[in-house]
Amino acid sequence: MAITTAPGTTRPGRPTSPYAPRPRRAGLGRKLRDNLTGHAFLIGAVLCFAVFSWYPMIRGIVMSFQRTRRGVTTWVGWDNYLRILDDPSFWTAWKNTFYFTALALVLGYAVPFLVAILLNELRHAKGYLRILVYLPVMLPPASALFLFKFYAYDPSEAGLFNAILKALHLPTSQWMQSPEMTMPAMVIASTWMNMGSAVLIYLAALQNIPGELYEAAELDGAGIWRRIWNVTIPQTRLILALLAMMQIVATMQLFIEPLILANGAGAEDSATSVAYLIYQHGFFQNDLNGAAALGVIMLVVLAGFSAVYLRLTAKQD
Amino acid sequence: MSVPQYRKVAALALVAGLGISLTACSTKSDNASDEAGGKVTITVDCQPVGAQKELLQNWNADVVEFQRQNPDIIIKSVSVGEQCNNPPDFTARLAGGTVTDVFYGYMTDLQQVLDSGQAMEITEHANKDSVSTWDSVDPALKEVFTDGGKLYAVPVKNYSMGLVYNKVLFQRAGLDVNNPPKTWPEVRAAAKKIAALGDGIAGYAEYSAGNTGGWHFTSLLYSQGGQVLSEDGKKADFNNPMGKQVLQNLKDMRYGDNSMGSRQLLQWGDLLTNAAAGKVGMFIGAPDTTQAIVSQFQGKFQDWAMGPLPGQDGAAKGTLGGGEGYFFKKGLTPEQVKAGLKWIAYQKLTPGKGQFDYVRAKPQNYPVGLPQPLLFANGSEAQKQEFELRKANANLDTANFALFEANPVPIKGEPRNAQAIYAVLDAAMSGVLTNPNANLDALLKTAEEKVNQLLAAES
Repeated sequence: MAITTAPGTTRPGRPTSPYAPRPRRAGLGRKLRDNLTGHAFLIGAVLCFAVFSWYPMIRGIVMSFQRTRRGVTTWVGWDNYLRILDDPSFWTAWKNTFYFTALALVLGYAVPFLVAILLNELRHAKGYLRILVYLPVMLPPASALFLFKFYAYDPSEAGLFNAILKALHLPTSQWMQSPEMTMPAMVIASTWMNMGSAVLIYLAALQNIPGELYEAAELDGAGIWRRIWNVTIPQTRLILALLAMMQIVATMQLFIEPLILANGAGAEDSATSVAYLIYQHGFFQNDLNGAAALGVIMLVVLAGFSAVYLRLTAKQD
Repeated sequence: MSVPQYRKVAALALVAGLGISLTACSTKSDNASDEAGGKVTITVDCQPVGAQKELLQNWNADVVEFQRQNPDIIIKSVSVGEQCNNPPDFTARLAGGTVTDVFYGYMTDLQQVLDSGQAMEITEHANKDSVSTWDSVDPALKEVFTDGGKLYAVPVKNYSMGLVYNKVLFQRAGLDVNNPPKTWPEVRAAAKKIAALGDGIAGYAEYSAGNTGGWHFTSLLYSQGGQVLSEDGKKADFNNPMGKQVLQNLKDMRYGDNSMGSRQLLQWGDLLTNAAAGKVGMFIGAPDTTQAIVSQFQGKFQDWAMGPLPGQDGAAKGTLGGGEGYFFKKGLTPEQVKAGLKWIAYQKLTPGKGQFDYVRAKPQNYPVGLPQPLLFANGSEAQKQEFELRKANANLDTANFALFEANPVPIKGEPRNAQAIYAVLDAAMSGVLTNPNANLDALLKTAEEKVNQLLAAES
């Protein structure tokens, strides 16, 4: 189709906004001047990232190849990495961290989604229940964990969970004092503390699903599970993938739960996480360089997960 | 102003503001080495926090009086928390180079401080001229802060561990309050009787988390005559009958008699909180644990007494000792070092002044009469003076600590790379205290392998 242009008007495809770049050859200085406002606003964010994120990250990588002794810093190649690999707690920490991540994916990932579906289906008191679900997020994590530590996970029969188990005539647990229960107990506490945010995000995604899709499914005789499987999950897959990624990255950095619930390493090292091991090396064992090396290893692993996520979501898009 | 111009101005203002903020952040705000006007200024940490009301008043009064006596010196006090050396904070300050001119540290911190490059040598400066009681300070303590013949800190406190026990619970359990257990089998028997009082009372309590489990394992091992590392420091040396006896004693009390309470994975504050609440009959600790029980955890002095650390069949063969001192930051001028030493001499090392101002402390809620700090050498003039003052002003029954004082146990220091080793030994302690079926040999073997791995990696 031919395009006709009236005299004095801009041609299609030409910028019409007064803020858009003007079509003329411009050097770098000219471009900078033209976008001064944008750059000025950008520079704040860039500076913040540079000072508080990128610089520490680069410094950490540099430190991981150095050793400071007697105030003298020398380059030691891969020595810190080799030393960290020889740390007797290294593999235990990774095993524990992956175990926590896996458990958190099962419990901490699925539960908020199911709760969101449930809330979405409700006709009454939806707002109140939403607040109730979100309340734990507003509690400072340390306070929430102390509540679990002293009341819920008290290993005596006076403990909240043990009292409930006893009332149900079920065997009680030693909770954080049992190496087998340490990780499940930490996942329960962590899920309770954090699920509110995930539920709200899922709810928002669920409410964006066109109602006619469900109606069509119902007309086709689909039951609730079938509707969830064939409508809800496909329609929220991007959010699900995003939250799965965020969940993995967050749970791999497990730190405050072992620190508070297990007073660190827990029964027979059952709570030692990679982040806690970094803390031990950096702040208790006079080994900031080793801590930096372990931090870089963790960064690489998390970057690997992120790369997988980006690849998967790119395909989905 | 048009919208685009307004935005430009706002953006520029934002950038300028950020720039100023960052510049402010990067500017050294604390230039304590200023000697303008002939005055020497030094910053000193470990000023008590607001919650320690009387201690803070005492510190501030000491600063005022010291400055009055030394008008050419200005002391800038810095508070770094109730626990002056909380390892994570301390490490961060060292790594960030933000320690004060004169800074507090534990005896075990020397290597870390030296590695950070933050400390200066004070061998030439510390002497009888700068610190009048210097010759009375126990030479063994000076040695702890010495490396390669160079002195890096002034010792200000020294302690050793014994058996701390609750007299009220002893009485209620029908035990002799003046005759605490002297051996581990006696501790077990007493713990059983105390735990029988019920109400969640632990007859004996022990740490097993946050590296404190390994710390106490070390003291318990010393009591058996053992050592954590071999003489050459290259191998673990606790996987033997003495190490096993330490764990066996705990296992017997925890699961044989159920006399250690149900809550484990305790660390320092947890145990002392329980003790202050009257839920612990006995534990091992230094005399100042009773001070913490009273000042930090609202317990009562009169409830507590101390005996020497028990041994297996008789007197303990050793006990863990430790202490604290003040380091000097690298780069201080000789005048600042001199001023710092003068302050420490006044506040920490002079009988009748500062920490030894027992007349002032007597009416306060802090103990006078505890058998510490064991700073001065036996028979020295300063020791005699300090002892007389302490006796004359005691606000607690010194008889409660007489057994501990009258039966000294040989003091041994902490092993090299202590914190890393304690972290490993925590697992053995938590294993024996949380698992009724714990295999002691396996726990010790695993810990031994891990410590050997650590030592090999270090070398």
